[in-house]
Amino acid sequence: MAVRLPVVVRGGKELLCSRFLQLRSVSVDLNNDTPLLIDIPDALCERDKVKFTIHTKTTLNSFQKPDFSVSRQHEDFIWLHDTLVETEDYAGLIIPPVPPKPDFESPREKMHKLGEGEATMTKEEYTKMKQELEAEYLAVFKKTVQVHEIFLQRLSSHPAFSKDRNFQIFLEYDQDLSVRRKNAKEMFGGFFKNMVKSADEVLISGVKEVDEFFEQEKTFLLDYFGKIKDATAKAEKMTRSHKSMLLACTVTTPKIAELLEKLRKLEARVASDQELKLTELFRYYMRDIQAAKDLLYRRARALADYENSNKALDKARLKSKDVGQAEEHQQQCLQKFDKLSESGKKELTSFKARRVVAFRKNLIEMAELEIKHAKSNMSLLHACIEQLQSN
Amino acid sequence: MDPPLPVSTSEPDKDIFSGPRAEPLNNPLSETAAEQLKAVSGASSKAKGDVPVEEAGSEEPDDLFSDPLGESGAELETHTSNAPLLDFSEEPPKSDPIKKAASADDYIKKPQKDIFEESTEDGVKAAAAHVGSVAAEKKVLHTDLFGDGVDDDEDKDDLFKTPPGAMMKKPQASLFRAEPDDIFPEAKTEAKPATKASAKQPNNAPTDLFTEEPFTVMPAARAAVKPAAIPSANTSSKTNGLHSDEEDLFAEATVELSLDSPRNDRRKRDAMKPSEPVPCPSTSTSSSKPQPKKLEELEEEEKEDKFDLNISVTNPEKVGDGMNAYMAYRVSTQTTLSMFRSKQLTVRRRFSDFLGLYEKLSEKHSPNGYIVPPAPEKSILGMTKVKVGKEDLSSDEFVERRRAALERYLQRVVSHPSLLQDPDVREFLEKEELPRAVSTQALSGAGFLKMINKATDAVSKMTIKMNESDVWFEEKLQEVESEDQQLRKLHGMVESLVNHRKELSVNTAVFAKSVAMLGSSEDNTALSRALSQLAEVEDRIEQLHQDQAANDFFIFAELLADYIRLLGAVRACFDQRMKAWQRWQDGQNMLQKKREAEAKLLWANKPEKLQQAKDEIGEWEGRVSQYERDFDRVSATVRKEVMRFEKEKTRDFKKQIIKYLQSLLHSEQQLIKYWEAFLPEAKAIA
Repeated sequence: MAVRLPVVVRGGKELLCSRFLQLRSVSVDLNNDTPLLIDIPDALCERDKVKFTIHTKTTLNSFQKPDFSVSRQHEDFIWLHDTLVETEDYAGLIIPPVPPKPDFESPREKMHKLGEGEATMTKEEYTKMKQELEAEYLAVFKKTVQVHEIFLQRLSSHPAFSKDRNFQIFLEYDQDLSVRRKNAKEMFGGFFKNMVKSADEVLISGVKEVDEFFEQEKTFLLDYFGKIKDATAKAEKMTRSHKSMLLACTVTTPKIAELLEKLRKLEARVASDQELKLTELFRYYMRDIQAAKDLLYRRARALADYENSNKALDKARLKSKDVGQAEEHQQQCLQKFDKLSESGKKELTSFKARRVVAFRKNLIEMAELEIKHAKSNMSLLHACIEQLQSN
Repeated sequence: MDPPLPVSTSEPDKDIFSGPRAEPLNNPLSETAAEQLKAVSGASSKAKGDVPVEEAGSEEPDDLFSDPLGESGAELETHTSNAPLLDFSEEPPKSDPIKKAASADDYIKKPQKDIFEESTEDGVKAAAAHVGSVAAEKKVLHTDLFGDGVDDDEDKDDLFKTPPGAMMKKPQASLFRAEPDDIFPEAKTEAKPATKASAKQPNNAPTDLFTEEPFTVMPAARAAVKPAAIPSANTSSKTNGLHSDEEDLFAEATVELSLDSPRNDRRKRDAMKPSEPVPCPSTSTSSSKPQPKKLEELEEEEKEDKFDLNISVTNPEKVGDGMNAYMAYRVSTQTTLSMFRSKQLTVRRRFSDFLGLYEKLSEKHSPNGYIVPPAPEKSILGMTKVKVGKEDLSSDEFVERRRAALERYLQRVVSHPSLLQDPDVREFLEKEELPRAVSTQALSGAGFLKMINKATDAVSKMTIKMNESDVWFEEKLQEVESEDQQLRKLHGMVESLVNHRKELSVNTAVFAKSVAMLGSSEDNTALSRALSQLAEVEDRIEQLHQDQAANDFFIFAELLADYIRLLGAVRACFDQRMKAWQRWQDGQNMLQKKREAEAKLLWANKPEKLQQAKDEIGEWEGRVSQYERDFDRVSATVRKEVMRFEKEKTRDFKKQIIKYLQSLLHSEQQLIKYWEAFLPEAKAIA
């Protein structure tokens, strides 16, 4: 039984994927008039891998066809992100944050439990549990697809990234990209790099800022990051307790069981919508701010390099040795820094505008959903009260 | 082929137009089949085709109506002959009532038929409903029964206005809801103590049944289906079984009437003898006339109970300091009942007084099989907190919770007609100073004794093996026990719901603060304002969650907790009945022993001790019959009390659940208000 079950549920999952297609509205329309339109119309769950179908419509001649689809995994997204980060030319840009790994751990765990408990449960309980599981799965799935889609759309809407060769390969190459997963050494290397980076960040924080705009941005982002991180954690906690509240009222008397069951389902929708609209928003901007912070770091790094090169030049002049080389280096650093500052300024301004727009959209949507759910709750309660009063 | 092309196309058209028009009235069913074929061929015929189809549809119900009429007519005749026969066989072999029953049956046979013929309309209605559901599964039958009950209710209203003729329908309606098995024992027990109670009680039970909510009707109706197959020999279809059952009950109902009130019966017979050919109206009027009167009286009485005595417990106040401190409550009574000194009574009572009242009442009334509402439980922890004098939220909540519980307790006590009459209750409500209730302290010697008593009771309960003579009690007890379990489960659920909601409210508050902080550091002014608005909304929602948690608790959880304790009291009254039975059995055993001793004495030929033994036998015979009467009385009371309890319970639950749902509704309304206020703020972000 326990073996058969996951297959059954997985069958349900595949069904969910196609059902999900009809449910989902176009989540982000960042790229309405752009020559590159990307969406993820379908995704398939196989064991612990999720395969996203990425559909591209384009008028650019750099692509061979105007309309094509490829299948990509989460690891491919990571690869794309990493190559973008490593590209020197993009140092002055906010690189869209990589989507988080699809987390189907909790539904899978529950599915396992369901499989174990199948023998002890009544048929109704079993179907109910299964439905719940499917709903939860659907919510996670929705979230995952959305966040991957947004990542691609951000890239496609950006003037520089949309022309990136790797990005175009990612979209067009119809074979498996066969990106190998990072091995342990690389993982450790990444970790080490992070350590160095944060240490470096502390070190170069002493460097005097020359541009007030960046100084302001930096303090703002740092502050905002802390707050939004806090808010995210709190929102997560809130939705979690909202959900656990729902678990509490599963069994009731037959008389009003039906009503309470309906209420519970609606309440579950409220919770998951809240999570999707609010918590996800916060989460996303937490990552985005991290990306912006990375940009600032790169700029600060460049600034530090420039100052170092200045010092080196002074030294060289004192010793009148290798002056030309040092001068050249100093010039290079200055150029790089100026370039970074310029593009960084642009990026940060657009980031601000984007953030405001996204917040507006999500907040409106959430308020509307809350109202909608509360209204349907109300009509349900009304009907039930009337029914009770009449008999 | 070539020339008449237009003609050939028009020809089928003609067919289509002429064909259906001529025929549909004669043979709609076959017509529709033909029509549908044509409809496929010609699109123009579609519209025309619909009309006969509809006609065919309407024809069928006509069939249904006419057919059952014949069927039910036939059934009526077979069962009228069937029913009395069965009654004879099932009748307990008691000489006096059986004669009456027999004679009554003879008379009843005819009126019964008459009434059914008179109310063929009802019969047809019911029959149509049944025929409609023959194809359906057995489950549907319950709903059918249910529907019938409603129909009967409607009839009842009419019948009240027009007493003669169809009056007999009323007892049928009530008994239809009751379990048929009950009727016999009830009639039996009531016939014996033919005292003042006998006139009142049997009428009482049907009244209860009558006004019962559908909630409790369902099990009864289910039970009614079960015996349906037994009395009716022809179980060819389920509807037949139902019909016969209905009639059986009908017959039994009249039997019961005749047993309860022999005087009535005699009168009835006297009334009938001169007018044999048309006995129907006179029988029904004479037998059922006293019933509606009492019914109305009882209803009035109940209304008085409900509306003329209003008790509220208010102003909890801490008296004294330290560990000797206690909470005193103001008990105000508003009443128009003449048994009280004045219309407005206000006394101050402390918690132990309430417990004392319960002790007194349960001592007096529970051995008689009454359900004495239990007082709220003592809570040492909660009270200690109050005593220590910490003015925090939890102790306030505790006091409020207890106040509400005490109020509900008193309301339950006075809504019980027998307990209201108790002098202790009156004293509690009226008297300025009550003697201190001593035996209520949890850690006192009396409390210890009580615990021991309870333990011994539990042990003796386990040892008593009662062979239940009455299925009703057995089923009810099981019902009560399973209900108890369900309620406990539900109560646990609701409590955890309350806790989770509280947690949610706390987390919402934290989130609100965090969003406010975020808003303050946001540099876009509009977005910053929106975020702080969001923080405010979340703040309000937090309050909403908190209120809803309180509602969850006070409206729902407390109701459940009350009923869990009340079910305990119900079980206790079943236990009392068992005790009475045990006493009776012991008495019988004793009597048996005495008789054996007498026989031995007779055998040993000891005349000097024989007289003493005979005296003892006489004494024990008296006792045994006394015990038996006691047991019967307790059984009757328990039955009545359980009925009353169930009625109250249904009413209470309905009221509270509606209240609870309304509180939920209110929350949702507030939620909508908050979010709607927020929406323009969100839209204003630019």
